[in-house]
Amino acid sequence: MLTLRNVNAGYGDFQALFDVSLDVNAGEAVAVIGPNGAGKSTLMRVISGMIPATAGHIEMEGRSVLDAPAHDIVGMGIAHVPENRRLFPRMTVEDNLRMGCFMPQFRARYEERKDFVYELFPRMLERRNQMAGTLSGGEQQMCAIGRALMSDPKILLMDEPSAGLAPVIVQQVFDLIERIRAEGLTVLIVEQNVKQVLRIVDRAYVLESGTLRLEGTADELLQSAEIQKAFMGM
Amino acid sequence: MFAEFTEALFSIFFVETLINGLLLGGVLALLSLGLNLIFGVIDVVWICYAEIIMLGMYTIYFLHVDGGMPLILAAACGVGVTALLGWLTHRLVIGYLLQAAPINQLLATGGLLFFFQGAAMVAFGIEFRNLGVSLGSLAVSEDIYLSWTRLLSFAIAAGVVVVLYQFLSRSYLGAAIRAISQDREIMILMGVNTKKLYLLTSAIGGGLAGLAAALLALQYDVHPFIGLSFGPITFMVCVMGGLGNMVGGFLAAFVFSELITIGGYFAELEWGYVLAFAFFIAAMFVRPEGLFARKS
Repeated sequence: MLTLRNVNAGYGDFQALFDVSLDVNAGEAVAVIGPNGAGKSTLMRVISGMIPATAGHIEMEGRSVLDAPAHDIVGMGIAHVPENRRLFPRMTVEDNLRMGCFMPQFRARYEERKDFVYELFPRMLERRNQMAGTLSGGEQQMCAIGRALMSDPKILLMDEPSAGLAPVIVQQVFDLIERIRAEGLTVLIVEQNVKQVLRIVDRAYVLESGTLRLEGTADELLQSAEIQKAFMGM
Repeated sequence: MFAEFTEALFSIFFVETLINGLLLGGVLALLSLGLNLIFGVIDVVWICYAEIIMLGMYTIYFLHVDGGMPLILAAACGVGVTALLGWLTHRLVIGYLLQAAPINQLLATGGLLFFFQGAAMVAFGIEFRNLGVSLGSLAVSEDIYLSWTRLLSFAIAAGVVVVLYQFLSRSYLGAAIRAISQDREIMILMGVNTKKLYLLTSAIGGGLAGLAAALLALQYDVHPFIGLSFGPITFMVCVMGGLGNMVGGFLAAFVFSELITIGGYFAELEWGYVLAFAFFIAAMFVRPEGLFARKS
């Protein structure tokens, strides 16, 4: 579904990604794991057009993502839940959801998608008239995921969904992701909580200093001595 | 002395003054609205905003007086011209300075102020031009007369506030305008073309200047420097309301207008301005972020 070939990207003179190639197949959940500063967020940002790629190809269902204007990428079925959630803090939960439905082709299904999100996250229905900035961390993550789901995407990019959340809430967020997977959505997730994320994905890549070092099924990586040493403190 | 003061306070003319202050506040509110909208969304203060209003007044004047166009149609054209000017201001100047230091943005719009002023002087000369339209007064009682122009201005300003509020709170575009002022970078993820949204906001802000121009042209002569007589006060209303905060600006407009008219009631009109500006300076000491600024 989503294919990256030899993608390079960076900020000014600083190159953050070197020849990154990866595939996400329809229905799969794939994780990209790696230490802080490895370029994981950059990878997500380059896919959704927040920063340009300096070289390489990205294709979504055979269509070039890099050739499309950045603001049309969500229209190709790629929704991005950004790092730190990035809700509009002085807008209500419902207005935040509405922004996820901004593109004209999505608007006709606004009510239907909103009902879907509220059914998935009943808490959001209770909080719908509350300012997003006043939600708890876990609720904000629900709202951010809900906002991304409003466009009925084919693939959901999630950037560190567990970052900055209390351990109890982290587990809830991973449960949420499993529920989203059960809806048939394809997921590409970037995480530092390696152990937990490997339990909910099919495959994973290891990103280090902007280069993909390893790839394998979640089980393989969970067993791998290298991974255990590097990320799980064993 | 004190008896005189209390007598003045309970006089029927004081009521008239308060009402006139309210009516003036409506126009000030409209003036501040466009500037606040642009600042809230684009984060750039258009120092030249009042000069766009001035050009709108000229448009209306020439179309109505020289062109013989019905006033209402001329006003609509004025709104169109200022909307275009707003669009051009962003397209040709601000759009290139979005990443520049705020001081450079200010200098650029300040430069536009003198550019518009100078251009108007070259093109139209320095004479004062009057639209020559008088709508008369409404006699509320034997003692109180309210100018129809002011009543109309207030009504239109109030109407625009309501329409703008509905637009911002109910439409997708309005939601995007509110959203972009809170997080510019992620608008791409919502599928929003930020360049287009900035241009649209600039055009709306410009159009609001045109509406203000239509109302001001009914009350004041047009000349190249007219912007200077209400530009600073518009800016101060916005700052006092908390720049970018439209509700705050709206309330601040009424605080200012009441200060001006009440000061003018007890002394001369000029003292009203002195009072209002003194209040502004004092307020800046107490709450530099604006009287109605939201806590962040």
